[in-house]
Amino acid sequence: MTDAPATRTAPAKITMTGVTKSFGSKHVLRGVDLEVARGESVVVIGGSGTGKSVTLKCILGLITPDAGAISVDGTDALRARGKAREALLDKFGMLFQGGALFDSLLVWENVAFRLMQGARKKPKAEAREIAIEKLRRVGLKPDTADLYPAELSGGMQKRVGLARAIAADPEIIFFDEPTTGLDPIMADVINDLIREIVTEMGATAMTITHDMTSVRRIADRVAMLHDGVIKWCGPVGQIDDSGNPYVHQFVNGLPEGPIEAVR
Amino acid sequence: MQVFSALQGFLAAIGAAVLGLCQATGRLLMFAGMGVAHVVRPPFYPLELWRQFLKIGYFSLPVVGLTALFTGGALALQIFAGGSRLNAESVVPSIVAIGMTRELGPVLGGLMVAGRVSASIAAELGTMRVTEQIDALTTLSTNPLKYLVAPRLLAATVAVPLLVLIGDVIGIMGGFLVGVGRLDFNATTYIRTTEDFLTTGDVTSGLIKAAVFGFIIALMGCYQGYNSARGAQGVGRATTNAVVSASILILASNYLLTEALFPA
Repeated sequence: MTDAPATRTAPAKITMTGVTKSFGSKHVLRGVDLEVARGESVVVIGGSGTGKSVTLKCILGLITPDAGAISVDGTDALRARGKAREALLDKFGMLFQGGALFDSLLVWENVAFRLMQGARKKPKAEAREIAIEKLRRVGLKPDTADLYPAELSGGMQKRVGLARAIAADPEIIFFDEPTTGLDPIMADVINDLIREIVTEMGATAMTITHDMTSVRRIADRVAMLHDGVIKWCGPVGQIDDSGNPYVHQFVNGLPEGPIEAVR
Repeated sequence: MQVFSALQGFLAAIGAAVLGLCQATGRLLMFAGMGVAHVVRPPFYPLELWRQFLKIGYFSLPVVGLTALFTGGALALQIFAGGSRLNAESVVPSIVAIGMTRELGPVLGGLMVAGRVSASIAAELGTMRVTEQIDALTTLSTNPLKYLVAPRLLAATVAVPLLVLIGDVIGIMGGFLVGVGRLDFNATTYIRTTEDFLTTGDVTSGLIKAAVFGFIIALMGCYQGYNSARGAQGVGRATTNAVVSASILILASNYLLTEALFPA
């Protein structure tokens, strides 16, 4: 792993060391080492099925790694239980690939979901107001608030998912393939939104994608995941002359190179 | 030598099947334990509980009511036909009443609700699993077992006995309608015989069964849906497994409960 010393002066928000995960005989992660600094936007790139989603889910505790350590703000994320785990999850917001909106709830109830449960429970009217404000932030009109997710287009569902992810002002936001399945114009709009929101909230962001436009728009730093390890990690400005054959092949979409293309 | 290795392969297959069964049972029991723990530990989601109660209980009323009505009627005809061989036609009201309350009300009601509710729970939770909605709950600081599983378990355990109680009444009424309309029983005598014969124990034993069946119905729906495999096929399989496993567990536990409640 060739780590560029540039940009990273802030303390680490998320640290992964030697994280491995296998599903049966399939070794998805073979020792992932990755550090994300506070306020930084890291994009993890890599082909389909290289374990990008598994990496995010390991940090959130949705999947338990076989070995390795993950810490968030110095807390051991893998051993946090009960209240400690709740406090940990409170720091996160996540935009899922398919939106993962709750289809039995209205749009505003989706956005305000976190504000209506648990420790941060707010009165209904206030939660609705915040939800409408967040919807406006992602470019949706207040009248979408009372629709069901199924009544929205794919692009609008993504926006609602984004509004839900930022509703409780999280310190860390994860984006799982934010532009997949969108037309190029909508993808651009979502990229810009993500960049703006991350900057204005001062949040730490981690995105997984294979869309290079997205990478250039969103990233401060880029990590290339292949064969279950981080092959390269460096500032976004260096991706075109990284000197790493994997990155070179991926960024330029070349059929020939160390990454096997299945035809 | 070849016989030996074939035998070994056969034994290995049996061993693997037994281990697989133990593993599946263990996983189900752990899931059930965690679900129950979340029923009694706060935070609670009363709105979710109410929604599930309506969905599982109220909207199953027509199905359970119709099942009970026709079963009660058919039961009266059968008992009349069987009783007439021994000149004991007069037992119709009493046997319809115990038959419905002790056995047919809970079992047939339970099976009908299993078909309706287990399937819908499994499909709903399975779809939520596949579309990452269950993961999304976790990232929104909400425990999916607490938010999705616990309300369903509790709602079904309470709703099914109530459904069966109503089913008992309707079933006895079905017997009454056939008895009075087709078999020339006197209406007053029919009702009086039923009243005199039926004990509280008959009814409560049926309701205890119904509570267990309700728990099984929600548990199998939740378990299969929660652990659904990816894709439309995964959800389809979860739904089928939920209905089949709930139905078989209902029938098996019915036998065990009958043994326990009415020892020979």
